[in-house]
Amino acid sequence: MRNGSNVQVNLPSELGFEKVAMSTAASMAELMGFSLDRIEDLKTAVAEACINAIEHGNQFSNTLVVGVELSNCDDQLEVRVIDDGRGLAHRPAAPNIDRKIHGEEDPRGMGMFLIQALVDEAEWHKGPPGKSFVRLVIKLDKENEYADGHES
Amino acid sequence: MQTATKVNHRTATAASGSPVTVLAFSGDISSTSKDAVLGAYHHLNGDGTAVLLDFTDVDYINSSGIAIIIQMLMEANKSASKPIGIYGLTPHFQKVFTMVGINKYAALHGDESTALAGI
Repeated sequence: MRNGSNVQVNLPSELGFEKVAMSTAASMAELMGFSLDRIEDLKTAVAEACINAIEHGNQFSNTLVVGVELSNCDDQLEVRVIDDGRGLAHRPAAPNIDRKIHGEEDPRGMGMFLIQALVDEAEWHKGPPGKSFVRLVIKLDKENEYADGHES
Repeated sequence: MQTATKVNHRTATAASGSPVTVLAFSGDISSTSKDAVLGAYHHLNGDGTAVLLDFTDVDYINSSGIAIIIQMLMEANKSASKPIGIYGLTPHFQKVFTMVGINKYAALHGDESTALAGI
């Protein structure tokens, strides 16, 4: 794949459409030679970013779309998920399973934790409507990815 | 775009000879799964058997779906029910369930025979 290749997808602000972004990201990562387990990590991270954009950023509006931009550069795949929200006021704390089980913490609220845990870089950018985005990066580990049987 | 969650309910036998209820899920495990997942668990009505959750035929899981599984574990913990075990997750979702700590409250097994031996 040529360096700097770029793919853009617009999703309706409706749950379920995150699967379209997952499939697109998986196809691009596969073309770049990422291992299957890294592709699974990316799919979950992209899905969670899109769900946050649909629910919190665009608040399920049927007039707003979630933008997903994927680009490859120097053996890394970058994904931007863009919505019309105001961005994050604060980053939620890491989930605590004991507190959740004992009803002291909402059982939900694990999306951002998973995103951060599954990709190499995750940044949340606040902006005016249509400009808030999360930026995810996964980096190709050539030695290990190629050992997994993928071609470049 | 979301695939409905289906739950198949059956009884199996643990290696110890005790009956075990198996709730086999298929479709998506997401925010829309609450009624199907928790409804199936409530339907057991604390019948005293251990419960295994089978994810073998689940196509898609997200954090909202994981939160529903945590709600089930909350209820089981509160009522001091028999243990809940989980099997049939892909290696990726075994990792994700471990990351969020679910393995502390429900043992994760690779397949049904391992789960029946371990519960």
